[in-house]
Amino acid sequence: MSLLSVEKLTVAFPGQVAVRETSFAIAPGETLALVGESGCGKSVTAFSVMRLLPPNARVASGRILLEGTDLLALSPAGMREVRGKQISLIQQEPMTSLNPVLSIGLQIAEVLRRHEKVSRKQARARAIELLDLVSIPDAHRRIDDYPHNLSGGMRQRVMIAMAVACHPKLLIADEPTTALDVTTQAQVLDLLDDLRHRLGMAVLLITHDLGVVAQWADRISVMYAGRIVEQAGIKPFFAEPLHPYSRGLLGARVDVEADEHYSRNRLSEIPGSVGSALGEAGCSFAPRCPIAVPGCRIAPPPLVAHGERAVACPRVGA
Amino acid sequence: MTVDAELTPKVADVGSRAAPRKGRRLRAFLRNPTFIAGVAILGFFVLLALFADMLFPGDPMDMVAQPLLWPGDDAQYPLGTDSLGRDVLAQLVHGTRASLLVGFFAAAIGLAIGMAVGAAAGFFGGWTDTLLMRLVELFQTTPTFLLVIVILVIVDPSLPTIAMAIGVSSWPTVARLVRAQFRSLREADFVMAARSLGYSRLRIIVQEILPNALPPVIVAASVMIANAILTEAGLSFLNMRDPNVLSWGGMIGDGRDQLRNAWFLTALPGAAIAMAVLSLNLVGDGLNEILNPRSDQS
Repeated sequence: MSLLSVEKLTVAFPGQVAVRETSFAIAPGETLALVGESGCGKSVTAFSVMRLLPPNARVASGRILLEGTDLLALSPAGMREVRGKQISLIQQEPMTSLNPVLSIGLQIAEVLRRHEKVSRKQARARAIELLDLVSIPDAHRRIDDYPHNLSGGMRQRVMIAMAVACHPKLLIADEPTTALDVTTQAQVLDLLDDLRHRLGMAVLLITHDLGVVAQWADRISVMYAGRIVEQAGIKPFFAEPLHPYSRGLLGARVDVEADEHYSRNRLSEIPGSVGSALGEAGCSFAPRCPIAVPGCRIAPPPLVAHGERAVACPRVGA
Repeated sequence: MTVDAELTPKVADVGSRAAPRKGRRLRAFLRNPTFIAGVAILGFFVLLALFADMLFPGDPMDMVAQPLLWPGDDAQYPLGTDSLGRDVLAQLVHGTRASLLVGFFAAAIGLAIGMAVGAAAGFFGGWTDTLLMRLVELFQTTPTFLLVIVILVIVDPSLPTIAMAIGVSSWPTVARLVRAQFRSLREADFVMAARSLGYSRLRIIVQEILPNALPPVIVAASVMIANAILTEAGLSFLNMRDPNVLSWGGMIGDGRDQLRNAWFLTALPGAAIAMAVLSLNLVGDGLNEILNPRSDQS
C-alpha cells in the first residue's frame, strides 16, 4: 500500500484553479520528485497535503490519504498531531525559516517536546544528536547558537534536523536547495538522501531542477498548469520523456559537452508561456505543443498508464 | 529508526557557551551613553523609593518645623518646608514611591491589555481584527486624560485604582503597535515552519511571534511609564488622589497657593517629575538603538 495517496485533488483560489484533479502516490521510503515551472501548482499541492494553504485557497475536491486516513477530514487538532510527527515540511528559504530569537537547540527540542513525552534534558540531548545527525560539527557547542550565527546551508541542516526529529513517515521538501549555492546544495541533498535511507522516510521533493531530480529521486511527476502530465521512473524518464512538455523541458537543458552555447546557436526552448493555457478548454499545453492536433483542444487528456509510467497525452504511444 | 541508539554516546558536556553571548549583549548596553544616563537617573530614583524609610524615618507628613522655610534656611531641612511645616526633601523622597509605583503598574496593565488585544487582532485578522480595532479607535478618540478622570470619578482614587485607570486608558497605542508587528510576522517563514511542526495557534502567538514583536513594545513601555507618571502628577494636581499617599503631583497641588511667595514648593517636585520622565525617555531611546536589528553590530 502506498504511504500517501493524493486522489483527484483540486485546489482553487478565488478566480482561478491552481491544482486540477491531480492524483499521485508515494510508496514508503520512496523519493518522488514533483517537477514543473513556477506557478504550475507544485507548492500548492505540497501545502494542501500539510493543510497549510493560504486562507483564501480551498480544496474544492479530492482526497489525501496518509496510510488510509483522509487528512482532509481530520479535525484541526488531529491535523496538528500529523504535522511534524507524520509529515514534515522543509521550506525554500532557510534564512528566514528559523525563529531568530530562539536558539537552534531550543527550537529542535521544542519539536520533540511537542510530539513526544520527553523531559527538557532529554530533549536537549536528542537535539544534540540530531544536530550531529545532520552533520553540524561541534553539535554540543553549536546547540546554543542563534540562527544568525549560522550560514544558509547550516540553517537548512537545522531545519532538516527539526523536520526529522520525530521520525516522520513523509518529508515534504519544497525546493529545499533553491536558496543555497551549488556545492551546499549537493551536500544538503546528499544529507536528505542519506537520512531517507537511515530513517526509512518517503520524500516528496519539489523542485524545478532536473539535475537534482536525476540524481536524487526515484520517480518523477511532471506538473503543468495544475495537472500532472507525466509520471515515470527516473531512468525511463530521462532515457525517453514521453509527454511533449517533458521533452521540451529536457530539450531545454544545455549540453556543454555537445558544445552548445548561446553565442553559437539559439538554445532550444518551449515556445509561448504557461499563461497561454488560460481559458483553454482542452489540453493546457496544446497552445505550445509541437505535435498538437485539433482534437487536443476539446477536452483535457486523462493521465493514461503506459506500462510502469503514465502520460496525459493522446498522441503518445498510441 | 536507530538514530538515537547510534548517537547517544556522543552526548557530551553541554552548555558553557551562553556566557560569552550574554556578555556581548551587555556590552552593547554599556556602549550606549543615552541608555546609561537614563538607567543611572532612574536607578537613583528607584533606590530613593526603596530606601525612603531609612533615609527619612518617620511620617513625612508630620509637621516638623516652622512653615515656609526656604531651602538653605535651616541645615536640617535643606530643601525647606511647606506651608504646613513639613520637610520638603522627605516628602520628595517618599513621593518617589507613589509616582514610580503608579508608573510601573499603569504601564504593566496597559501593556497586558494592549498586547493581548493587538496579538489577537494581528494574528487572527478578519472579523476579530475589525472588531478589536473599532474598540481601539473608540478608546483613541477619547482624550486619555479625560478618560482617566471619568474612571476616577466613578471609582475612588487610590494608588491601585489610579494605576488601573491610567492603564486602561493607555493600552490602545500598544495594541496598535503589537497588531502591526503580528500582521507582518504571521506571514514569516518561521511561523509557517512552526505550523508545519504541529504547534497550536496559542503557542505560535506566545512563543514564536511575541518574542519577535517585543523590541518596539519594550521601547514603548518606557515611554508609557513616563506618561503614567505625568498623568498621575496631573491627577494629583487636580486633587484626584489618595489623600493619605504622598506623591510629586500632590506636592505641586499643595504648593500652588504659594506659587508667588514660595515657588520652590512647586518647582522642586516639578523638577523631580521632569527628571524621572527624562530618564525613562532616555532609557527608551537607548533601548530603541540597542534593540533595533539594523543597528546591531554584534
